[in-house]
Amino acid sequence: MGGGFFLQAFTYLAAAVVAVPVAKRLGLGSVLGYLLAGVFIGPFALGIVGSEGEDVMHFAEFGVVLMLFLVGLELEPAHLWRMRVPVLGLGGLQVTLTAALFTGLGMAFGLPWQQALAVGLILALSSTAIVLQTLAEKGWMSTGGGRSSFAVLLFQDIAVIPMLAVMPLLATLEAAGGDDGHHGHETWVAGLPAWAQTLAVLGAVAAIVVGGRYLLRPAFRFIARAKLREIFVAAALLLVVGIALLMQQVGLSPALGTFVAGVVLATSEYRHQLEADIEPFKGLLLGLFFLAVGASIDFALIADQPGAVAGLTVGLIALKLALLFGLARGFRLGVDQAMLFSFALAQGGEFAFVLFSYAQQNAVLSAETSKLLVVVVAVSMALTPLLILFFENVLMPRVGTKERADEDYDEMEGGNPVIIAGYGRFGQIVGRLLAAEGIESTVLEADSDQVELLRRFGRRVFYGDATRIDLLRSAGAEHAKLLVLALDRPDKNRELLATVRQEFPGLRVLARARGRVDAYQLLQEGCELVYRETFDAALRLGTDALAVLGRRKHRAHRAAQRFRHHDENLMREVADNYGDEDFISLVRRRNEEVERVMAEGPPEGRGGRDDAWDSAELRRTFGEDHPEAV
Amino acid sequence: MARVLVLFAHPAFERSRVHRALVPAARSVPGVTFRDLYELYPDYDVDPPSEQAALEAHDAVVFQHPFYWYSVPPLLKQWQDLVLEHGWAYGHSGTALRGKSVMHAISAGGGEDAYAAAGYNRYALPDLLRPLEATVRLCGMEWRAPFIVYGTHRLPAAGLAEEAERYRAQLEALATGSTTPLGVEA
Repeated sequence: MGGGFFLQAFTYLAAAVVAVPVAKRLGLGSVLGYLLAGVFIGPFALGIVGSEGEDVMHFAEFGVVLMLFLVGLELEPAHLWRMRVPVLGLGGLQVTLTAALFTGLGMAFGLPWQQALAVGLILALSSTAIVLQTLAEKGWMSTGGGRSSFAVLLFQDIAVIPMLAVMPLLATLEAAGGDDGHHGHETWVAGLPAWAQTLAVLGAVAAIVVGGRYLLRPAFRFIARAKLREIFVAAALLLVVGIALLMQQVGLSPALGTFVAGVVLATSEYRHQLEADIEPFKGLLLGLFFLAVGASIDFALIADQPGAVAGLTVGLIALKLALLFGLARGFRLGVDQAMLFSFALAQGGEFAFVLFSYAQQNAVLSAETSKLLVVVVAVSMALTPLLILFFENVLMPRVGTKERADEDYDEMEGGNPVIIAGYGRFGQIVGRLLAAEGIESTVLEADSDQVELLRRFGRRVFYGDATRIDLLRSAGAEHAKLLVLALDRPDKNRELLATVRQEFPGLRVLARARGRVDAYQLLQEGCELVYRETFDAALRLGTDALAVLGRRKHRAHRAAQRFRHHDENLMREVADNYGDEDFISLVRRRNEEVERVMAEGPPEGRGGRDDAWDSAELRRTFGEDHPEAV
Repeated sequence: MARVLVLFAHPAFERSRVHRALVPAARSVPGVTFRDLYELYPDYDVDPPSEQAALEAHDAVVFQHPFYWYSVPPLLKQWQDLVLEHGWAYGHSGTALRGKSVMHAISAGGGEDAYAAAGYNRYALPDLLRPLEATVRLCGMEWRAPFIVYGTHRLPAAGLAEEAERYRAQLEALATGSTTPLGVEA
């Protein structure tokens, strides 16, 4: 068994590692790469993967659940609320009209209305996994078409619930027998009356919202305090698995449940850390899911009835595409965005696999019909990346009004212009100043107690170790304009600087330095904007000390300005020599020069900063002209 | 008694012989409030509300400053720009300063002969003050003849004392009835 597991794991991983980079290199996108790899290792090509492909697919569906959790994390409740019109309007119309269209067609082809309706409902769904993955990869999630696609997919996820409920009522055939129901539906609530089931569903959702808001944050804080990275990861996975389980038991879609949990946690300080921790699992599982879809395409059936499969697939895609395009135009998307939207959603969805087998078990559809349609859906899913490539490379250049990601949705990508790493005594001041000027910053802080405290003051602070590249990425480092390095420990700051310069060369870095030595090192490592944390406060104290001693305040102010100028120049000048043997004597020599210049003014007697105000020279001049003067 | 506000602006007071003589004279006059702007705002961060409150509490304003490049020192220009707001100092509803009198007390390096058509400054000093005068008049205030100390570079110690005494007399005149503001209270 162990050998079997290793062999399987090896097969899947090898297929992915070979096919995906090649597909990406060829500009086909990772989804198509996975699908092709799946076909290749599947029973109809190499045959390395056999019937267990289906089990793998069920397991890998968890990737979709994780993906929806991540999507939820990036979508704050306020944003979701703003999407109510596209979700209910566009999504509702899409499902209803598509279902109606295919029902009508089914009846025209001679299916009884019950069967036609079942097929129509199932085919109205699109593939969340393929669409979101492809859109995210192309960077189209925040365009008009991308957002509308997401809204429709969200509605479809909700629509699956009533579909499951309606399906048994449509039975017209003899019960299939043998199979004791779908694995996901031996639920805790199965035996309860309808009202109790509804109550259980509402209770479960309420539990997620309330628990997410009031229980999860203290729980995560407690876990974060242990400072064990893998336990935090385990907790994140536990959360998602737990919710998926709960949802399944009350008969809801697990993806929908974790999506809700994600939205609830979107405003929490753990958002970026959760994203960074879940992301790799999601990526792998989703890849596995696509592999399994590829492997499950029944080529024997295609070879048997090539005409039927081709005809139905083309019909499915063409009709969905036309309807989606019409809807998008009706909802005022531009031609290019309407095309993106319709090309993205014009396939069958992974829920169709579940629903078709469910319909078959409930004696709604015959085995032949459902098998044929499953193949059609799988092929349409496999064609989606190609359709989107066609749209991108052939249609879009002709339409030519490519919409840029719009401002409003920047937040979905964590799109603040500023990231502040470290929000202790130093970073806070920076963040508050920027906030006072209306500039939002994404704040990362590794001390969970500090995060909790700041949150109580209403600051948007996220828990996480900023030196981790994935966390920076999910905080939006790719799109941010600048990063404020304000970590407490100089070595951590420098470590982060090195990472950022390598991974995000376009990001400007402003760094906090503990003192002069730290500043030298930051300068040597190529950071131009370096600020010693005690320098300005000491300079202000010095200025006030001069004033207390009776100096004119403006003169003290100017002296401090001059001192700062000389000192910072000196620091930059000698930074390169830091670490040399004669460094100390060099600095001492230059320091003496600075002090002399400050005390006496420049050697020529003119050109000092405030000398123009000094009438001594004028008096001297006029005194010579006018011997009577004093 | 008119309440007199002296707004003093000198970036290098510690090096000015003339103003070191004038300032104690100004401070000694009863009814005079003395504000040292470069001490109050060493980094030019003028606070308009407190300056406006000070102006409102007085009947006459004296701007005491050296004559730099035929104008005021930079902090005083900043003060004008920030404090004399539209809607408060001037404009349709800007009546806060109406009827107050204004006098500039100026030290100039050149002699009176230099401030003449034939002198190297080409114009009489009061003519060079026209922008300041226009500012005062636009705010509905009354422009008083300026107090000027000429030829500061060659002023002997005795001359300094004389000028200080003359300044004190001017401020006293401004503070007593003879120079009460002419305008009617708004």
